[in-house]
Amino acid sequence: MIKSRLFNSVIRTLTGIGHRVTERIWRLGAGARLFFLAIIYSGESFKRFQLTMREVYATGVMSLLIIIVSAFFVGMVLALQGYNILQKYGSSDAIGVFVSLTLVRELGPVVTALLFAGRAGTAITAEIGLMKTTEQLSAMEMMAVNPIARVIAPRFWAGVISMPILAALFSMVGILGGYLVAVPLIGVDDGAFWSQMQANVDVRLDIMNGLIKSVVFGVVCTMIALFQGYDAPPTAEGVSRATTRTVVISSLAVLGIDFVLTAFMLAS
Amino acid sequence: MTNNIVEIDNLSFGYKGRLLHKGINMVFPRGKVVAIMGGSGSGKTTLLRLIGGQIAPTHGEVRVEGAVVHEQDRDGIFKLRRKMGMLFQHGALFTDLSVFENVAFPMRELTDLPEAMIRDLVLMKLNAVGLRGAHVLMPTELSGGMARRVALARAVALDPSIIMYDEPFAGLDPISMGVICGLIRSLNDALGATSIIVSHDVKETFLIADYVYFVADGIVAAEGAPHDLMQSTLPFVHQFVHGDKDGPVPFHYPADNYRAELLQTPTT
Repeated sequence: MIKSRLFNSVIRTLTGIGHRVTERIWRLGAGARLFFLAIIYSGESFKRFQLTMREVYATGVMSLLIIIVSAFFVGMVLALQGYNILQKYGSSDAIGVFVSLTLVRELGPVVTALLFAGRAGTAITAEIGLMKTTEQLSAMEMMAVNPIARVIAPRFWAGVISMPILAALFSMVGILGGYLVAVPLIGVDDGAFWSQMQANVDVRLDIMNGLIKSVVFGVVCTMIALFQGYDAPPTAEGVSRATTRTVVISSLAVLGIDFVLTAFMLAS
Repeated sequence: MTNNIVEIDNLSFGYKGRLLHKGINMVFPRGKVVAIMGGSGSGKTTLLRLIGGQIAPTHGEVRVEGAVVHEQDRDGIFKLRRKMGMLFQHGALFTDLSVFENVAFPMRELTDLPEAMIRDLVLMKLNAVGLRGAHVLMPTELSGGMARRVALARAVALDPSIIMYDEPFAGLDPISMGVICGLIRSLNDALGATSIIVSHDVKETFLIADYVYFVADGIVAAEGAPHDLMQSTLPFVHQFVHGDKDGPVPFHYPADNYRAELLQTPTT
C-alpha cells in the first residue's frame, strides 16, 4: 500500500516535471516561430517606415528619461568607486579610462537593456496582451490585415533600432557624470581624464563590441516582450503574469547572453 | 451560381476532446439577415470564427461563395475575408486610434485610395451610423453604444458582401439597442449584403432577422422564420423564446447529490 502510494507520488512528480519541460520547449519553439514570422513580414515596417518610427518614439524616446538619469548616477558612482581603488595604486589619472571602458563595454549595453526591459518591454507586453484580450488582433485578422506585419514587426524593429541608441546615450551621459565627479569634485586633471580615455578606448574592440551587445540585447528583449504579450492568456491575470515574465526572462537572458558574448569577445 | 453566399455543411468542431458542434448544416442566402441563436457556450461565436477561417473544422466544411474556407492558404483566406466585415462583441476598436482613424484603418491597409477619398468615405460611413460629429474622439471617450456603432462603421468600411455580428446587442441600453437593431437591417439592405447575427437577445433579433437557427447541444435544434419560431411548441425553443427558468436547459449545472455534498466532511 505504502509502496504503491510512493510509486504514484514519484510518477506524479516525474509527470509534472516532464509537463513543465515540454511546455518550456514548446514556448521556446513558439517564440522562435514568432521571431521568424516577424522577420519574414518586416517588409511593411520598412515600406511604411512611419509605423516603425511611431514605435521608436513609444519605446525609445519615452525611455530616455530613465536612461539618462540612471546613466548619470551610474557614471558618478563609477567615478567615486574607481577613484577610491585607483588612488591606492597611484593611477587616479586613469579614472577616465576606467569609467569609459566600464560603461562602453559592459554597463552601457547591460544596464540599458535591463532598464529597457522594465520600461519599454513591460509596456509592449501589456499593450499586445490587452490588444489580444480586447480582440483587436482578431479584428485585424478578420479585416485581412496580418497582425504580425502590422503590430509585431514594427515594434520589433523599433526595439532593435532604439536599444543601441539608448546604450550609446547611456555611455555618453555616464561618462559625463563620471567627469563631473572626477574632475570638478575630486580634482583629477581635466586633460588626463580625456586624453587617457582617447588613447585607450578602441573603436573596434570596445565601442563596436558594446554596440554588438546592445543590438543583440535589443533583439532579445524586444522579442521576449512581444512574445509574452502575443502569447498571454486573454485575461487580466494572464496579461499581468506575462508582464512580470517579460522583466524576469529579459533580465536573466541579458545577463546570461552578456557573459557568453563577453567570453567570445575577449577570446577573440 | 448558388443563391447561398455562405454554406455550412455537416460541420463538426471540437477542442480538448470535447465536441462543440456535431454535424451542423446551415445556409445563408444572399441579401438576407440570418440569426444564429442559442445559450451561452453553445458555440455561436465559434461558428463565426469558422466562417472567417480563424479556426478549421474537425469534420465537414464551410463554403464562402463556393470556396471551402479551411482549404484556402493564408492569401486565399485573406482574399475571402476582404468580402467580410465583422462586428465584435465589444467593438474591438483600436484604442490608440481615433474614431476617424479606426474607420479609415481597413481602407488604408487594404486599398490604395487617395487620402481625400478616404476622408469622404469615412465621413459617409460615420454619418450612416450617426457619429460623423464624433470622428475626432478616441475610443475611450465613447459610450458602449457609440463604440459599437463606430465598430459597425468600420465593419462596413469596404462595403463587404457578408457582415457578421457577434452579440451586437449585449450590454447596451434600450435606446442604443434600438439604434443598432435598425442599423443592422438598414445597412444590410442598403449595401445588398448578407448579415449573420449571433445573439441571444430574442426580441431584437426576431425583429430584424429573416431566418433564425437555434443551436443547442452542438446541433441545430430548430430553424425557421421568427414568426414561426415564436409559435413553436418545441420545448427548447419555447423555453428560449419565452425565457423560462427551467426546461430542456436545466437551471442547475450537473452536480453530485446536494444533501450528500453538504454532509461531506471537507478534506482541506
